[in-house]
Amino acid sequence: MSVLLEVQNLKKYFNTPKGVLHAVDGVSFKLERGKTLGIVGESGCGKSTLGRTIIHLLDSTEGKILFEGKDITHPTKKELKILRREMQMIFQDPYSSLNPRMTVERIIAEPLLIYKQYDSKEETYKRVRELMDIVGISPRFADSYPHELDGGRRQRVGIARALALEPKLIVCDEPVSALDVSIQAQILNLMQDLQEEFGLTYIFITHDMSVVKHISDNILVMYMGIPFEFAESKELFKKHYHPYTKALLSAVPIPSIKYKKKPILIKGEISSPINPQPGCRFALRCPYKQDVCLQQDNPLVELSPNHFVSCARAREVNDV
Amino acid sequence: MKEKLLEINNLTVHYVVENEVVQAVNNVSITLNRGETLGLVGETGAGKTTLALSILRLLPDPPGRIADGEIIFNGKDLLKCSDKEMRKIRGEKISMIFQDPMTSLNPVLTVGEQISEMIRLHRKVSRTESTRLAVEALESVGIPGERYLEYPHQFSGGMKQRVVIAIALACNPELLIADEPTTALDVTIQAQVLNLMMNLKKEKNTSLILITHDLGVVAETCDKVAIVYAGEIVEYGTLEHIFNNPSHPYTVGLFGCIPNLYQDVKRLKPIPGMMPNPTDLPVGCNFFERCSSRMDCCKEKKPATIEVEPGHLVKCFMAGEELTGR
Amino acid sequence: MKSEDTKKRSYSMWKDVWKRLKRNKTAMFGLFLLILVILGAIFAGVIAPEGYDAQNLRERFMKPCASHIFGTDQYGRDIFARVLYGARISLRVGFSAVLLSVTVGTVIGACAAYYGKYIDNILMRFIDIWMSLPSILLAISVMAALGSSINNLVIAIAISSIPGHARIVRSAVLSVKNQEFIEAAISNGASDFRIITRYILPNCLAPIIVQATMSVAKAILSASSLSFIGLGVQQPVPEWGAMLSAGRTYIRDYPWIITFPGLAIMITIYGINLFGDGLRDALDPRLKN
Repeated sequence: MSVLLEVQNLKKYFNTPKGVLHAVDGVSFKLERGKTLGIVGESGCGKSTLGRTIIHLLDSTEGKILFEGKDITHPTKKELKILRREMQMIFQDPYSSLNPRMTVERIIAEPLLIYKQYDSKEETYKRVRELMDIVGISPRFADSYPHELDGGRRQRVGIARALALEPKLIVCDEPVSALDVSIQAQILNLMQDLQEEFGLTYIFITHDMSVVKHISDNILVMYMGIPFEFAESKELFKKHYHPYTKALLSAVPIPSIKYKKKPILIKGEISSPINPQPGCRFALRCPYKQDVCLQQDNPLVELSPNHFVSCARAREVNDV
Repeated sequence: MKEKLLEINNLTVHYVVENEVVQAVNNVSITLNRGETLGLVGETGAGKTTLALSILRLLPDPPGRIADGEIIFNGKDLLKCSDKEMRKIRGEKISMIFQDPMTSLNPVLTVGEQISEMIRLHRKVSRTESTRLAVEALESVGIPGERYLEYPHQFSGGMKQRVVIAIALACNPELLIADEPTTALDVTIQAQVLNLMMNLKKEKNTSLILITHDLGVVAETCDKVAIVYAGEIVEYGTLEHIFNNPSHPYTVGLFGCIPNLYQDVKRLKPIPGMMPNPTDLPVGCNFFERCSSRMDCCKEKKPATIEVEPGHLVKCFMAGEELTGR
Repeated sequence: MKSEDTKKRSYSMWKDVWKRLKRNKTAMFGLFLLILVILGAIFAGVIAPEGYDAQNLRERFMKPCASHIFGTDQYGRDIFARVLYGARISLRVGFSAVLLSVTVGTVIGACAAYYGKYIDNILMRFIDIWMSLPSILLAISVMAALGSSINNLVIAIAISSIPGHARIVRSAVLSVKNQEFIEAAISNGASDFRIITRYILPNCLAPIIVQATMSVAKAILSASSLSFIGLGVQQPVPEWGAMLSAGRTYIRDYPWIITFPGLAIMITIYGINLFGDGLRDALDPRLKN
């Protein structure tokens, strides 16, 4: 399998009145074609910023982004326009991600019209019908406006729009978290089907551990802009080395009464990484904190094959 | 021990909007004992919040209207109380926690004042006494008393929800209604807040109605569960009934929709279609269109509620039999 | 997705707005008044074929009667005809001044809000200075500089109301700009021009339209005021304000000379304001119900 996307030490800082916000602080990963990378973390951990930086909705501060082996970190306007058709995005809020003044048909046609994909109107709208069919929206909704549709159908429209230009990579920013569970399952299945059919590569950003486990091949756990743990999905849910990952997973309520577990309660809350001090950013909440944690930054270390952890005490704590 | 606190009989609530009648809650009956936790589970628009607001008589009227039924709290029908009596009951006997902690606090008052105001509203105590009680309430939810003089915007989301809980519990209500209290919070914070709520509830022997869409939260907190679909309770029972022996096709479907952390499933089994439009409910079973074990009779008439085992009620013709089609 | 039995009811936003507007009786009354004035202006030539400046010195200062329902003025001109022709001037000045100021204001406001940062800063500080000048004084100086003609009147009024429009548009654009569908458009490779014209402005229409409607009334008033003080339309062109000005010497003995142009101004403004209020409610359903 070839690598589609490679991110090297990517950083995105924002200047705020209170200081420099390190929203994404040194993330690296490789993503193979046709695979799904899940990025999980709590709100404010920088996962959305990371996704938006990769598809150039935001400019990166430092680091490198390679797409199909080509450096695309600082594209020219022309290169960017070509790049945009290769990378698309599916948004979280199916209510605000569709232009309320356009019909469903028009929304899906927009990317085709922008790129003058087809010479005639008929061809364009034929393709739109085809896309609607692919994502399962009946043609009678073609002239509807977004506010006339329910959340699930709106998200399907958003997916159709993202598929219109046949991209290779789709960044999905919490695509199902605004939906009810029964609709959520429909959309997740649709996304899996599309991935198989078109060989899509996904970056799946979410806070929902069960969803990310279900859909991802690899998982990156983030906390305050820092990658904490990176491993294959199956591996990560079997063995989690980072104290934060442990707490996160134990806190997920399980819809079953067979597994009685006690959540590891960590005190405090996530704060914004503004002018952060060196050292582990989780240390203040961490039950295993020692002086060593605050002395230096902890890069990702390969603790077992293909399982990377950023924790100074990971070996001790886990007996590896 | 098992003292009945709340009994809702055949409650029906409508919204009348532009000549259309939205049948938000239809013929719902619930009983809740003292100290128990009832989980109301359902999707957006199922009528969970309407049901909760009706108990407090906080429905916006118009368009909301309680068409039928009775809500008996401590032996008294709340629907027959005067507005003045209702105001006394709200906050003192029954209080409510809303979903969004960001908007349910008054931004121009300090959190301490908001709690002590609530106490003074319902109890004849002096200002110093109410301040003392408010500090106590803050500490009971794990917020240091020094933060009494801080404003809501100085608190993070999880802390705000703690303040909201402190306000709701300040007068030791007998019933607490929590509408998606942790949906806006991150998982680790959700775990903290749920843990706190359950401890306080146990300590004060408060009854709790927990409205949520998350079956995981229900599994960890509730004694009884009611599954709500299109304004009806389609299945009702103890936690064990619902989780070990789900008997309504909708409940079974819900479980199939959720990816599980402990089991690997290649594909989820979604429930096809969507909830029927509450202005235009079908003649037969509301779930008919989406049901995988439907029969001909389901289309023509509404199923009655059947008790499949003691305390386990199911609104389905197939109840008690092996579900087909799954 | 087989179980879609809900009937498709596709209606555009405008049909919806019209439906709500129709239910609002005062707004419909306002619209009725406005249409009445517009029809009067359009068919002035048919209703009063003698024209606005046909003098008949034998019939000076006639009271309202069957042949001159509004009476005649000091030159024996039919006041009804002059009021009708005056509607043409007032409406033309009102609508074109608003069109001009809304267009310029929209461009300034949209650019400031969309590009943000220093462009926003420069443009808005400029607008602030502009706004600090009293608008009627500004209009007077413009008229004094350009000389009086109808077109100059339009320009003068437009200039004085641009800053208000720019501010309204700017705040509307800011509220739309951060929504996800704008990001979606960017990631689809849409150009800035396309994003502003197809995505942002259509979603800002409601406040712009309401503001524009209300400023038509303001522009008509300003035009009349300027004409009243002699800086607007010149005799014998029958501008309502100019008619008031010319007739004010006779106010004691022949009050109808100024009553009817005054009433015309009042009815037009009243109609527009009622309609504008209704439009605002109809465009923002959250305000009502």
